[in-house]
Amino acid sequence: MKLLDMIRMGLGSLIAHRLRSSLSALGIAVGIAAVILLTSIGEGINRFVIAEFSQFGTNIITVHPGKTQTRGASIGIFASDRPLTIDDSVALRRVASVLYSVPAVQGTAEVNAEGRSRRVTVYGVGPDFPDAFSINVASGSFLPHDDPEQARTFVALGSKVRDEIFGSSNPLGDRVEIGGSRYRVIGVMESKGQILGVDLDDTVYIPAGRALELFNRDGLMEINVVYRPGANPDTVVDGIHKTMMTRHGREDFTITPQQEMMDVLSSVLEVLTFAVGALGSISLLVGGVGILTIMTISVTERTSEIGLLRALGAKRGQILSLFLGEAILLSSIGGVLGLSLGVGLAQLLTITVPALPVNTPWLFAVLAETVAVAIGLAAGVVPATRAAGLDPVEALRAE
Amino acid sequence: MISLAGIDRSFQVGDQTVDALADVNLDIGAGEYLSIMGPSGSGKSTLLNIVGLLDRPTGGVYKLDNRDVTRLTDEEQARVRREKIGFVFQAFHLVPRLTALENVSVPMMLSGIAISERRQRAAKSLEDYGLGDRMDHRPSQLSGGQRQRVAMARATIMHPPVLLADEPTGNLDRASGREVVGLLERLNASGVTLIVVTHDPELGRRARRQLHMVDGRINADNVLQK
Ligand SMILES: Nc1ncnc2c1ncn2[C@@H]1O[C@H](COP(=O)(O)OP(=O)(O)OP(=O)(O)O)[C@@H](O)[C@H]1O
Ligand SMILES: [Mg+2]
Repeated sequence: MKLLDMIRMGLGSLIAHRLRSSLSALGIAVGIAAVILLTSIGEGINRFVIAEFSQFGTNIITVHPGKTQTRGASIGIFASDRPLTIDDSVALRRVASVLYSVPAVQGTAEVNAEGRSRRVTVYGVGPDFPDAFSINVASGSFLPHDDPEQARTFVALGSKVRDEIFGSSNPLGDRVEIGGSRYRVIGVMESKGQILGVDLDDTVYIPAGRALELFNRDGLMEINVVYRPGANPDTVVDGIHKTMMTRHGREDFTITPQQEMMDVLSSVLEVLTFAVGALGSISLLVGGVGILTIMTISVTERTSEIGLLRALGAKRGQILSLFLGEAILLSSIGGVLGLSLGVGLAQLLTITVPALPVNTPWLFAVLAETVAVAIGLAAGVVPATRAAGLDPVEALRAE
Repeated sequence: MISLAGIDRSFQVGDQTVDALADVNLDIGAGEYLSIMGPSGSGKSTLLNIVGLLDRPTGGVYKLDNRDVTRLTDEEQARVRREKIGFVFQAFHLVPRLTALENVSVPMMLSGIAISERRQRAAKSLEDYGLGDRMDHRPSQLSGGQRQRVAMARATIMHPPVLLADEPTGNLDRASGREVVGLLERLNASGVTLIVVTHDPELGRRARRQLHMVDGRINADNVLQK
């Protein structure tokens, strides 16, 4: 018996019972659609988060004060640990393959100017900051390469801070008061919008040394080292480690390559997407039970037909594949239906809720389709085996 | 061509054993026309099913064309059925969702014959049985006599040397019954071995060789002298 004939026969008997065939195919379709929709949302969020994290580039290595054990949680900073200094940051700039080294201190402070006042995020950074993170200056210039210990009191404003305080007038050269000290505005940054909930535009940038004073800290929060794209990150990490060891004498710092963080993040998100997909496949399972039911009924109804086919010389194997094929046909029709339904809904979601990142992972679509076929196979095995095992004489007697 | 020796067939019903056939010995030559009669429950259908390889005897040896087919595997028996035996049933057993043409095509489909050849052969056969204008009709759209003729077209489409008919006229009125019998006899005249189980004495008497069964045994085996 040819495969095409088998498909034709299967389709014929499915069409003969249109209503119940469509209903049980719908069960699978709903399951597949649920899996595809859920994984699309999961994958969309995954990509969104990764894109957010990597928009500053992935060739960043961050140095934190204190030692984080490779296993378990951070032990925190001991009193005896040496703080990260601006000098450390300057030294790291000289490590091979390193392009920029940006010290960072962050806090919030009141900004006063023009009789207005606003509470904003204050970043204490180095002059390399715009190059390191690809955040450009819209007008004026960024903090100059001053002696880090005695940097001049210049400030670069985030676009929102400028809008809120200066409106449409040009702030360049004006003075603003930040946390009680006076700074001169030398630049305005281009708008970057929110990144992971942090509004980069509602921010002012001052020299790291000044920020240490402002927030009364004796050490930096972190140093961000940017290395040449294409350089081996391990070599750069080794270089940073060596420099830091010579400077601090012992390992009281932690080096985290961005790539490593991203890998961990990405794998966590992937597991999440998978888990969500698995949740959706519960409805797929229910669809499978539907097919099992329909096929069982079908075998019972067609007992005399099975007897006839056997009398006409059909082998048990042919009866088996006939019913198995019908179950698979039913579930793959449901699968295709579900695929279009799921992708359609995902597209609709993209259009109606643009804020929600949706991305259909094709691997999951293929996987869902394979699962649909597998479910048809699994649901068909029992009824088909029963059909193949029928005694032809008994079967012919059935009515 | 058909040789049954010491055939037993017993059924276990609860703790009771029912002997549907007991020590049946029968030799049938190629091209014979045989009728089997006897009271209800005498084992006529059981005998026919064993000859048709739908059922296995519990004892004895069945040789078809000098080949012991008693102990063939299911697969091999299916093959023998497909190639050598045609069945005509009282209840027609047409597949309700298939057209007359498709019903006749089923044995060819099972043998893997290409669809174009199937259509051609089935159409030809249906024309021979006077159903040229009914090819695309479903069984529910056909009369009893027409259904049985479709079933006969299906039974003969693979040109089996043996045709087994279990009460072929049982569900038909006289006229269509006579028509079907005429077609069966025409096949026999062309060389097909024909075995007909019937309750109708008039039909039974038409066969050249008439068996009579009682309680699972053949108690009379008359061959008409011509
Ligand atoms: N599957 C079975 N289980 C138990 N007993 C059976 C089975 N099939 C047949 N029998 C018994 O075997 C005997 C012969 O049955 P069979 O069907 O061959 O009779 P028959 O001569 O064809 O009768 P009828 O003329 O009514 O069709 C009967 O007593 C019947 O009850
Ligand atoms: Mg009978």
